[in-house]
Amino acid sequence: MTVVSVENLDVRHGLLQAVRGVSFDLNKGEIVALVGANGAGKTTLLRAIAGAHLPAAGRISFGGADITRVPAHERSRQGIALVPEGRRLFARMTVEENLWLARAAGRPGAWTVDAILAAFPNLAPRRKALAGSLSGGEQQATAIGRALMTNPDLLLLDEVSLGLSPIAVERLYASLQSLMTSGATILLVEQDLQRVLHVAGRVMCMLEGRIVLDAPAADVTREQVTEAYFGLHKARQAEASA
Amino acid sequence: MTVTPRAATGGGALLAANAIHKRFNALVVLDHVDFSVRAEEAVGIVGPNGAGKTTLLSVLIGAHPPTAGTVTFRGVDVTGLPASERCRLGIARTHQIPKPFGGMTVFENTFVAAANGGQFRRDEAYDRSIDSVSLCGMMPVANRRAETLGLLDRKRLELARALATNPAVLLLDEIGGGLTDAEASELVESIKELRRRGIAIVWIEHVVHLLLQVAERLVCLDAGRIIADGEPKAVMADRAVIDAYLGGSFA
Repeated sequence: MTVVSVENLDVRHGLLQAVRGVSFDLNKGEIVALVGANGAGKTTLLRAIAGAHLPAAGRISFGGADITRVPAHERSRQGIALVPEGRRLFARMTVEENLWLARAAGRPGAWTVDAILAAFPNLAPRRKALAGSLSGGEQQATAIGRALMTNPDLLLLDEVSLGLSPIAVERLYASLQSLMTSGATILLVEQDLQRVLHVAGRVMCMLEGRIVLDAPAADVTREQVTEAYFGLHKARQAEASA
Repeated sequence: MTVTPRAATGGGALLAANAIHKRFNALVVLDHVDFSVRAEEAVGIVGPNGAGKTTLLSVLIGAHPPTAGTVTFRGVDVTGLPASERCRLGIARTHQIPKPFGGMTVFENTFVAAANGGQFRRDEAYDRSIDSVSLCGMMPVANRRAETLGLLDRKRLELARALATNPAVLLLDEIGGGLTDAEASELVESIKELRRRGIAIVWIEHVVHLLLQVAERLVCLDAGRIIADGEPKAVMADRAVIDAYLGGSFA
């Protein structure tokens, strides 16, 4: 069953076209890794799906309905949650308050404050601490927890391991493991390909705004990803025509 | 201006970073990096996000002082010189986000560069500007105001302006991003023409396949250190380079 469908999506930042004619479907329960070099368009694509950045052209549907022009807060009510790059917590609110805030989406369910503190054990002793005083790993866990409080059908994770120590990354992924087996549909951007290929069933690689590789994680080779990631086929084409 | 003569380093290096160490508070961004470019050479710099590429460029250009180490140009220590002085010596750069002078035309933008950065006199500055605008394929828009240009033309103007200062070496910071394939090919042609004119190029770029069309040598930075330096295709096939981008090796 298709959860989200993206068709011919173009997203611009002023003069710069960051996403170019992107199309793909995500099926219920799929965990998909989105990889690509800096500037490939990954974050912009996630933000467009979440409604944080309106596309210039194309269509996004969610649960069969067109949401292309639906504002972000309405999308979170419908079940799309984004964990943004850089976490973007409310620094002067406590961990618990950040989590409760997400209840504004009005989606009660299995994910409660207690369930989140159980899933991220390092947060439990910090529940009354201000978000601004947390370590990077604790902040990231809070940001993921905040997204989970909306009990999303589609969870978008943008570089959740960025800036964390290797130990904090291990801890975070261990906690995510339980989430990933819970049946939610997840699209995650991550730099560390080895790590995402352990958790994702499918990998998409972006190059200069386009998806140039979309394959089951079990089938992709290192060479295929390298080729797509760096656009080496384009270098060969240019050489051949020179 | 204090230019201390010193022995040429790096064997025929035009511009060299010697044992550059750069810290931002506790964060070590460049860890004793040695980098050099010879006259007329085209070197590409690659590396994952946060590797220190732009910081290295900033140190070479004089936008950031290194914590330790020296920058030499034609064998002379220029570490203490600001970017404006280095530009007059022949070190030019382009910005990742084009920064034209608004309210001025394309021609006026290059004229300012020729007169200030290049220190050309009036007629010479004029000729130099025309030449730069023409070489970058901008004659049709020479009298357009810079702020009305599209992305490709803004990037070309960055090139034209740098070229107007009559550089011996040109440092390019991610000039290839955000362009269509056709636009990117045009930009590569302009850069190749600069090379034919004998200008050395140091090019930081995430769009690796563009780099491979111009660079004769590729350097890969990771976590503030140079992890590969050599023939471009060999560097891009290097296991350590791929691991630096994609994380630890996988089956």
